[in-house]
Formats: sequence, C-alpha cells, structure tokens
Amino acid sequence: MQLIPHSLENFMVHTASTHSNAIDPSLVLIEDIVPGGAYWQIIIKRGNTLRITDLEGSKGVSMLCYNADNPIERFNVADTAKIQFNAFLKKGMVLYSDMGRILLSITEDTSGCHDLLGGCSSAASNAVKYSAGDWHNSRDHFLKALTRWGLGKKDIMPNLNLFTRVAVERDGKMVFVEGCEKPGSFTDLRAEMNVMVILSNCPHVLHSSKVYDPKPIQVTVWQSPPPGSDDLCRNANPEAIRGFINTDALFAQ
Amino acid sequence: MTAISTQLDPKTAIYNEVLPARHPWSRILKQGQILRIEDLGGNQAVDFLVYNADDPSERYSAADTLVDQGNIYLTTGSKLLSNEGRVLLTIINDTCGRHDTSGGACSRESNSVRFGLDKKYQHACVENFLTALAPHKLGKRDLVSNINFFMNVPVSDDGTLEIVDGISAPGSIVDLRAEMNALVAISNCPQINNPCNAYNPTPIRLLIWDATK
Repeated sequence: MQLIPHSLENFMVHTASTHSNAIDPSLVLIEDIVPGGAYWQIIIKRGNTLRITDLEGSKGVSMLCYNADNPIERFNVADTAKIQFNAFLKKGMVLYSDMGRILLSITEDTSGCHDLLGGCSSAASNAVKYSAGDWHNSRDHFLKALTRWGLGKKDIMPNLNLFTRVAVERDGKMVFVEGCEKPGSFTDLRAEMNVMVILSNCPHVLHSSKVYDPKPIQVTVWQSPPPGSDDLCRNANPEAIRGFINTDALFAQ
Repeated sequence: MTAISTQLDPKTAIYNEVLPARHPWSRILKQGQILRIEDLGGNQAVDFLVYNADDPSERYSAADTLVDQGNIYLTTGSKLLSNEGRVLLTIINDTCGRHDTSGGACSRESNSVRFGLDKKYQHACVENFLTALAPHKLGKRDLVSNINFFMNVPVSDDGTLEIVDGISAPGSIVDLRAEMNALVAISNCPQINNPCNAYNPTPIRLLIWDATK
C-alpha cells in the first residue's frame, strides 16, 4: 500500500467507514488525495476499480482515458453517448473507446451527475472567468500528463466531467445544473482492459463560480471482485454484451 | 449573412461536383473561400472534420464550439472553433435548420457493438475519414468529435439521445466560410442500420466559391 504523508491522513475518508459501500482495507492497492487544481495519472490494471470520491463538494473533475496497451485507442464521448442512448452517465453504464470496446464500467455511483458535453477548461477560459492569477486549467494538465507517456497534443480528446451536469433544453440550449455538489459521493470505475487515466481536478468550464476554489478529491485503486454472471454492466443491454465480447477478445491470446 | 449566400451563383463556383453516396472527400480551403454542401436527396448525414491547414494539430473542437455558443445545435451564425479557441469556419447560411455535433462518426467497431457483431465489415465513416486524411499525412490520432450535417440528434432533459428521422428536405444547403486556411474532410455517410440516412445513402453536391470582394 502506498505510504500517505501523515498530514494528509486526517483528510482521508477512511474506506473502512460506516459507508455501506466501504471497501475492505485489505483490498486497497493505492490511495491518495488529489488537491484542488492538481492533476493525477495512473494505469489501472484490468479488473481493478478506481474509486473517485468527492470529499468536500467538487466543482468538477475532468477525465481522459486510453487503452494502456495501445493508447491510440481512446475514450470516445460520442460513441459512449450514442451506443447507450444517453448523454448523462450513471451506475450501470460504461465508458466506450473509439474501437468498440469498453474501457471502464460504472459499477457504483452515488453522485448521479456526470457530463459528456462541456469539454474542459483552458488558460483562455480561466482568464475570462476568474480574476487575474495563474490558475491551473485542464487543457494544460492533460498535455503535461500525456507527455509522461510519450503522447501529446493530438491525443487530447473530448473529455468526461465527473460530479457535474450540463442539461440540454428543448431548443438545444446548454445549462450548467447548479447544486450537484455532494460531499461524500463517489463513483467506481472498473477497468475492463488496462487503462491509462488522467484526472484534472480543475473546475468545470461552465461552473458559475467566479472564485477559483476547486476542492480535493480522494482516489482509491482497489482490487474489486471479478464480475459475476449477473454483473450489472456486462448485462446492461445487447450493445454492452457485444462490447464486452470485443473487449474480452483483446485478452483471448 | 444570408445575403452573401443568395449572391452565390453556382455558375461562378470554382468547384462544383457531385460526391457519390458512401464516398470520402477532402480539400484545402483558402481563407475566405466558401464551401457549400447540398443534401440532394434529403436526410443524408454528412460527417465533417476540419483542421488548420497550416498546422493540423489545431483542429475542430466540438466542446469549445458548443460551450462558446451555449447550444448543442449548429446553424446559421455558428462559429466552428478549434482546440485553440480560434474560428476555423463560420456557417453563413443553413436552410436545414440544425446540425449535430454530438453523435460522432460511425465506425466498423461501433457498428459491431450497435447493430451486431456481423456488421463489423460494413463500410463506415471512420474508414472514409482515414482515406480522406491519408494524402494529407494525417491518421487516426487526428480523428476527433466531428460534425454531422443534416443529421437529427435531439437530446432530452433526462439525457436521452438518439439518431432519429432527419429534418433535412431535398435541396437543403449549408454554406461555410473559411476564416483561415482550412483542411476539410467529409464522409458521405454510408450507414444503413439507423435513420441517419433514411436507410438509403444518397449523393451530395459540393461547391466552392472564391472569397467575395
């Protein structure tokens, strides 16, 4: 288990808490706090789960992911929405790659608010929204994180935003939904292949607050049990069944 | 803005060709040129990507475009923004009513998931994009969320999203003005498994005019 600085231990939502979805501590492989405004990257091995916990009322976390064994296969927001006929991700849905496979399954989710439409913040969007200052933004974070894996600007794709929602009105108008902050809520993402994940803990580009004050999140990689024959995500619909056949084929040899 | 388009006479176009059903196409537009896409048969999805021709790592960004205009549909007046926040193209005229940039491009792989594992050898837009971009030394890394002209993808307030019967009448046109030198790639969508092409892919007409004035 990764050593945590003593000063951070007080912040931890200890996973052996009274929460009904508490993780058995013996299954925790990696745990860390990502401060507001920071970024974090990791490769999650197939079968393990990444839990992202909103500790204090998140203003949004931007996320990208890739097939770690072939990063030209990338998370695709359009396929994810259209294959599942819904632009709002929730428990039981999955994150599709652009190659007909599943990167991550949402096996648990107590937030209920995630956004596929809004994209991410940039230096330019920060300059418009906040008072003068050197505020971190997700576009630059993604670029720096990708460089660590030998990737670059062309690999920045449309992203997912956790813990936030953008509603669409009948005439197409996009409206940032206020009040989605739910301290203590979390989402569990089970890796269905080896997955490179980048989290940028910067506020959603449409979040209305003009004060740059992103909140910390907790990240926990844990050894989740293998999916059973009645697994929620693997059996969700005929498309998912085919998507998992395609994904499993990657590991057939 | 419509006034510019009504002055556009096909006889003065420097390019005027029919793109057959299911085919790819690419072309570099010089700054100021106008590209017209005409939906000859009605309800034909035209998948579309655009890049800064002088530096294709700068490319169309659906999210930047939608957030800037605050609306998920593209129509007259929409500025197609790049990942650097600059305007690549402006839609200066649209007689269809609205266009999609949330539904993505079909691929052999997503076809196998959406419609059946046996569908993985059917032709698809990603194949067309790869063909169209290869002469410009671009490839899969350069594929991003695209535009679907003439495609109807409503999004409900509970997030429900579906490609449904189109609203584009035969003869619908969309005119795009290049605000920088722009590399355009088109896939005349070959999808036959959902209503995006009314189950019958049809040809489109492409015209280009030099900059006015």
